[in-house]
Amino acid sequence: MTNGISILAHTNPTSGADALERLGDHIAGALGPAIVSRAIAFGELTLVVQASDIVYALTYLRDDPACAFRCFIDICGADYPAREKRFDVVYHLLSLRHNTRIRLKVQTDDQTPVPSVIEVFPAANWFERETYDLYGILFSGHPDLRRLLTDYGFEGHPLRKDFPLTGFVEVRYDQDEARVVYEPVKLTQEFRNFDFLSPWEGTEYVLPGDEKKSA
Amino acid sequence: MTEHNIRNFAINFGPQHPAAHGVLRLVLELDGEIVERVDPHIGLLHRGTEKLIEHKTYLQATPYFDRLDYVSPMNQEHAFCLGIEKLLGLEVPRRAQLIRVLFCEIGRILSHLLNVTTQAMDVGALTPPLWGFEEREKLMIFYERASGARLHANYFRPGGVHQDLPPALIDDIEAFCDPFLQVVDDLDNLVMANRIFKQRNVDIGIVTVDEAMAWGFSGVMVRGSGIPWDLRKSQPYECYEEMEFDIPVGKNGDTYDRQVIRMEEMRESVKIMKQCCAKLREPAGQGPIAATDGKIAPPPRREMKRSMEALIHHFKLYTEGFHVPAGEVYAAVEAPKGEFGVYLVSDGTNKPYRCKIRAPGFAHLQAMDWMCRGHMLADVSCVLGTLDIVFGEVDR
Repeated sequence: MTNGISILAHTNPTSGADALERLGDHIAGALGPAIVSRAIAFGELTLVVQASDIVYALTYLRDDPACAFRCFIDICGADYPAREKRFDVVYHLLSLRHNTRIRLKVQTDDQTPVPSVIEVFPAANWFERETYDLYGILFSGHPDLRRLLTDYGFEGHPLRKDFPLTGFVEVRYDQDEARVVYEPVKLTQEFRNFDFLSPWEGTEYVLPGDEKKSA
Repeated sequence: MTEHNIRNFAINFGPQHPAAHGVLRLVLELDGEIVERVDPHIGLLHRGTEKLIEHKTYLQATPYFDRLDYVSPMNQEHAFCLGIEKLLGLEVPRRAQLIRVLFCEIGRILSHLLNVTTQAMDVGALTPPLWGFEEREKLMIFYERASGARLHANYFRPGGVHQDLPPALIDDIEAFCDPFLQVVDDLDNLVMANRIFKQRNVDIGIVTVDEAMAWGFSGVMVRGSGIPWDLRKSQPYECYEEMEFDIPVGKNGDTYDRQVIRMEEMRESVKIMKQCCAKLREPAGQGPIAATDGKIAPPPRREMKRSMEALIHHFKLYTEGFHVPAGEVYAAVEAPKGEFGVYLVSDGTNKPYRCKIRAPGFAHLQAMDWMCRGHMLADVSCVLGTLDIVFGEVDR
């Protein structure tokens, strides 16, 4: 068992831009073509990694003493429907030794699976299941890629941008059948999505009456 | 009896079970009374918080954070506000920082009181929750006096807090501190020194340092294993840097150590609360309680009656909301249950593009499987209690 104290070499956050720049150089030098791009913004280091190299990259970040990102924080998805590869898979790691955080991003679409990182961090299990559930991103090599948060028998991936906020089905208890029934969503009034973006700042849509301008 | 008559036993624990701490369904595979496999089925309280937040302005999204870990609501709001402030590059006034720290520590006590006492109930004690809930009630009245609501406070706002504290409330919070320490001592005598409590908790659910890190543990779950890691100390936010307090750590990484740490952390929280109360009365602790930038924080009510500009700001903030520059940040706070993080992606409009909520309970709950393996059935509720699970944040 590792001694608790030795994990924390010092506790001053090394989030200064210089330290992050050096860390980024170090990682880019070691991982080479696996890193597509990197950026430092808001005092946080973000690396975009080739999807096929994510297991290699995370293993390196965990084991290299200059990185020591041994503490797993988070995996999540993000949807950008306008892109060809519409999904981001975002990994957050923490290094207790250097008191630094890092963010890795991988791009994929709804067909191409991303290699699962359970071998590197066992905690990835549920986080990948959740990402699959909410975005439909596939993970290859995951032993148990079931839905996690949504209902048993749920269809669709709710956090995708093209999934409506109201969903497609609703449930209610039916007195006659004496059980819970699933029905298509019925809205008693039209779904209201207010547009609060200021008209003074230039809108892209046409308001009723605008057509008279050109007449 | 021939050999093929012996088979493993699968039972359902929950979703309606008093020791499930909410709506958790555990499918347990048992060999006699020994647990072979645990498969937690979560999501029974899934409300699509992240999806809803994407459809609300930043100001409208903060109340959702109260509903995550509903035993310490303001701590979650804090993470979201920190994320927004990081994107905006906004400095929070000192008085607001002190108020935030004060109420974060109240939240920590609220959460630990609930956890320590109900975990004791899970292993057979009935009195501790009665003692603990009496104190929680007092703390929730402080919540109510500050924000108007006992639980769903919506008190922390981007740029500061919503209302200033009346001086009488600061006095009352300070007057609460010392008698509360006596209650903690009483609870210590009642629970921690109890023979049955020790028999049920010592050497149960042991977590080593390496396991804690690989499984994404945080908060008390890593401190119980002996890592002195606390975001309030190691990556200080707000004015935690100037507060004097200690980080209790465990030695054995078992359930008992973690419960002792929670007791100890309540005492440390009281220390911080006292310091906050004193600092709030100092001249340096006076001043605005929200950012003075009218584009972010709404103007005071009296201002609106006189100033046209304030009225316009108010109208704009409560219809359109404020725009947040494009970018992505991860902001984390040391919530009572561990590291509560918010990964916020902004596209420059008045609504978050993506808001991922990293709940500590989610990472902790998935460890149920390996933590319970080889333990007895009765230990399942004990381990579940020590993980400090609240389903609001696990299911989101």
